[in-house]
Amino acid sequence: MTQLPQSTEKKLGLAIDLDTCVGCHACVTSCKGWNNENYGVPLSDSDAYGENPVGTFLNRVHSFEVQPEASGGCGSTAQTIHFPKSCLHCDDAPCVTVCPTGASYKRQEDGIVLVNEDACMGCGLCAWACPYGARELDSSSGIMKKCTLCVDRIYNENLPEEDRQPACVRTCPAGARHFGDFADPNSNVSKLVKERGGFELMPEQGTKPVNRYLPPRKKDSFDSNEFTTQPLTAISQEPKGFLAWLDNTLGKV
Amino acid sequence: MHPAPSVIIFTVFTGLGFGYLVWLGIGMPFVLGMNAFFAFFVAFLLSVGGLISSTFHLGNPKNAYKSFSQWKSSWLSREGWLAVLTLLCAGLFAFLLIFLGKHTALLGYLSAVLAILTVAATSMIYIQIKAVPRWNHCSVFFYFMTISLAGGAILAGQTAAAIVLTMTAVVAQIAMWSIGDGRFAKAGSTIESATGLGKIGKVRLFEPPHTGDNYLLKEMAYVVGRKHAAKLRMLTLVFMGAVPIILLAIMPVSIFSTIIIVASHLIGALFSRWLFFAQAEHVVKLYYGR
Repeated sequence: MTQLPQSTEKKLGLAIDLDTCVGCHACVTSCKGWNNENYGVPLSDSDAYGENPVGTFLNRVHSFEVQPEASGGCGSTAQTIHFPKSCLHCDDAPCVTVCPTGASYKRQEDGIVLVNEDACMGCGLCAWACPYGARELDSSSGIMKKCTLCVDRIYNENLPEEDRQPACVRTCPAGARHFGDFADPNSNVSKLVKERGGFELMPEQGTKPVNRYLPPRKKDSFDSNEFTTQPLTAISQEPKGFLAWLDNTLGKV
Repeated sequence: MHPAPSVIIFTVFTGLGFGYLVWLGIGMPFVLGMNAFFAFFVAFLLSVGGLISSTFHLGNPKNAYKSFSQWKSSWLSREGWLAVLTLLCAGLFAFLLIFLGKHTALLGYLSAVLAILTVAATSMIYIQIKAVPRWNHCSVFFYFMTISLAGGAILAGQTAAAIVLTMTAVVAQIAMWSIGDGRFAKAGSTIESATGLGKIGKVRLFEPPHTGDNYLLKEMAYVVGRKHAAKLRMLTLVFMGAVPIILLAIMPVSIFSTIIIVASHLIGALFSRWLFFAQAEHVVKLYYGR
């Protein structure tokens, strides 16, 4: 049913660290790799090697430039921040309630928002309702695709234990993606959010997203760095004796 | 938002058909026999034709029948139910009028109420979407409702009502435009709130996730032709407002005059509905620096 559960026992989701993300897009590739051949219909590409390649992805990495307020000094240098974005598995998911067929649903046991592909008619209304662009209608199958939080990995006992986490988290070489239960205050992700001041995206939309983003850490500035305030002393020294004569003579030739 | 022809045709023609069914339902005009057949044929052609058109934008239409299941939470599902109930009710009402010459007033009123509720449900599909601030406002309800009833009144040959309702539709349209133009700013979503990086400073897109197009950009960041918006708004007001009002006032009611006035109304309504989609901005565009 596309009515939202009153509450969910767990709130599984991701904490994404904008400080450590290097923008390598490995999560994008591993997500497509896993989800292309597991849960539901494949994530199609069309005109992949042509002039206008288009494809379905459940996770995309945007890069933003942030210009701090001009407060003087080098602390106001612009920062580049890589910004991975996938479904935020909202508590108040507007994509679920608009679905007319019952294909979209939020699981009561763990809060994952899924699409039952056998019921989806591909009307696209859920993608309209999502403020984050987390849903993409696959152009080949006409079925709505979205992040499943790798529901077919995290409970999969056929996989070694270290692989029982979303593909994007498992693959991230920078350790910028963390998977866990936000309903548990002692979980790894809850602690990270508390320590780092994790925030939600577009709170004004009232969707109550589960996923959190950890802000970039404060950058060093030249003013506070003793190392750069002291000029380096020259290592090279003037030659003496025979070498000084040689240097002098050759300089005149 | 992408102005899909199938959805524009669906909302305009079904709106007109259901608007006509409202007037037929309340017995204005009172028709029997062949006249009733002709009137209801036109009403059903418009509304059913529009509904069929709506299935063309579905990616997987074989599951369309499942859209009746979620009436408790989904406005799209409710619209489906209300449309079918309206057609059943009006169909029975029409059958009795055409073949038995029997006027069942209660059934007529019921189909009129259901037709109004169907148009209301259509408007709610757009109003409920918070991610499109322009739509997320009650003025959209009055816009859909007045256009539908005005078009219906023109088809029903109710000259006085048609003039008043067309004027009301023009007012509703202008109100929706002027309120809608400020809705995105008022909703408060910015690239800073979308990324949560506003605390550090001013944010701009450095690199998009991919150089090509994608579903989100095609569907929700549609910008083609927006620069002609002012001209199209004028054309809307001329064809949907001025021309029908003047012709209704000066032409005596005949099939010929009705066809001309309805044609003008439809052209205006199609311009208007195209703008309704093309000018609507989705907050997801912020992630793409648009």
